[in-house]
Amino acid sequence: MWTLGDKYAIAGVGFTDYSKQSGRSVQSLSVEACGKAAADAGLEVADVDGIISFHFNDSVPAMAVATGLGLPNARYAIDYQSGGNSANLIIQTAAAAIEAGMATSVLCYRAMNGRSGFRLGGGRELAAHGITQYTAPFGWITYPQAMAMWCRRHMIEYGTTSEQLGAVAVTCRRNAALNERAMQREPITLDDHQNSRMIVEPFHLLDICLESDGACAVLVTSAERARDLRHKPVYIKGAAYGGGPVQGDDLFDAMRWPDHSRNYAHYIADDLWRSAGVGPADIDVAEIYDCFTYSVLMQLEGLGFCKAGEGGDFVQDGRIDRDGDLPINTHGGLLSEAYIHGLNHVVEAVEQLRGDAGERQVPGAQIALTTAGAMTCGGAMVLRN
Amino acid sequence: MRPYQKPTPAPDADSAPFWQGCREHRLLLQRCGSCAAFRFPAAAYCPTCGSDVAEWVAASGRGSVYSWIVVVHPVPGDMYRDEVPYAVALVDLEEGVRMPTNIVGCDPQAIEAGMAVTVEFDDVSADLTLPKFRPA
Repeated sequence: MWTLGDKYAIAGVGFTDYSKQSGRSVQSLSVEACGKAAADAGLEVADVDGIISFHFNDSVPAMAVATGLGLPNARYAIDYQSGGNSANLIIQTAAAAIEAGMATSVLCYRAMNGRSGFRLGGGRELAAHGITQYTAPFGWITYPQAMAMWCRRHMIEYGTTSEQLGAVAVTCRRNAALNERAMQREPITLDDHQNSRMIVEPFHLLDICLESDGACAVLVTSAERARDLRHKPVYIKGAAYGGGPVQGDDLFDAMRWPDHSRNYAHYIADDLWRSAGVGPADIDVAEIYDCFTYSVLMQLEGLGFCKAGEGGDFVQDGRIDRDGDLPINTHGGLLSEAYIHGLNHVVEAVEQLRGDAGERQVPGAQIALTTAGAMTCGGAMVLRN
Repeated sequence: MRPYQKPTPAPDADSAPFWQGCREHRLLLQRCGSCAAFRFPAAAYCPTCGSDVAEWVAASGRGSVYSWIVVVHPVPGDMYRDEVPYAVALVDLEEGVRMPTNIVGCDPQAIEAGMAVTVEFDDVSADLTLPKFRPA
């Protein structure tokens, strides 16, 4: 369990424009976002000695970005071969590296041309080897197709409806309208959600996140060091990562998963709240990984904001609105801000806790939740100001 | 005959008997020689007890639908344009393992949770047979 509560902090954030066609190299996006995060913290690039990312070979490796930034001494430069499940884990790992003396200030980034370059949602590699030999030959290929299987099981178990999923999409879009960097800001209604074309039952188009070109980064350092920097630190109060006993052979693989009506969140909840010393009722704002509308319900249930099966009811009646009991995805999320693979959720949480979120600010936000993951494995953090 | 254009399994040392069984229209599963647990996908070691002794036995071919999706938007488009809408399901076999497959022989809209299904081998090419399931 995470035992570094409040010892490490996020001291800076940086991001590029989010677009469908950056017209730039991923290296360029990475260096811009990382450079901005260091500058936002008030650090010279020469003060940064660690860098970490996660990707599916659709990005540039940390060592390349260290080189591009001109880090004089990259003591710690590492990549995780993984998906959004690692968007919080890289930050936890950065803190652990600093705790171990391997670095003092670590940039954590995710960068990709996810629309104009390699499209993650467009299908996995089609050479059906390894675990893929049991899935792709049946035309079960894309992440929307993978997650729809989980969503259906939740509907079977609990009677969750497509209209309930729609509430998540509508809320994210309403928040994005207030966010100048969001890619989709035109408000949508529940009817728009219901009338959007069917992609893979039970998912309509508006149940599925965006594809984006862009990069974002956060700078992690010790709380002690962060207090001397430019902004009020955002402390990493609690954190967890995991996903139970059968995480599968890759992110797609869930054929041995015992219960598709619940995901990784169910398995990390105890660690998360114990490490943070707070509970769901203490969260002022929650940036919840929303690659699909449905994954939000499962994480709300798994982390204990409501009981299993009640996620569909929970997101109704304005409860997740900016002025509701639990404001979620105040930036618009992956559904409406951009798909920067969940690291953009951390950027938003930091801005909320600094009080820098402008029109979309949740008044007085002091404790935020971020999550990252949708299927068999993932992570979450409790951040505070 | 047009060459088969869709994703084709690349059997490995663990899985080769499974795919060969499909060619022979037999649904073979590994059963641990030590703890007798069935397992799928194929693996060299039993995830229950760790034993590397296993035998391949013919499954009954009967199961029930655990969950399913209906693919409407084809991806990749050139492979699946003529197939949509099609159903992919996770089927719980009587032997206690869960298998990805297609549900065939019925309208995808008629699929229900728990529906009893039985295996139907589809010789999709000269070299490949896929184990699909239809309503029992």
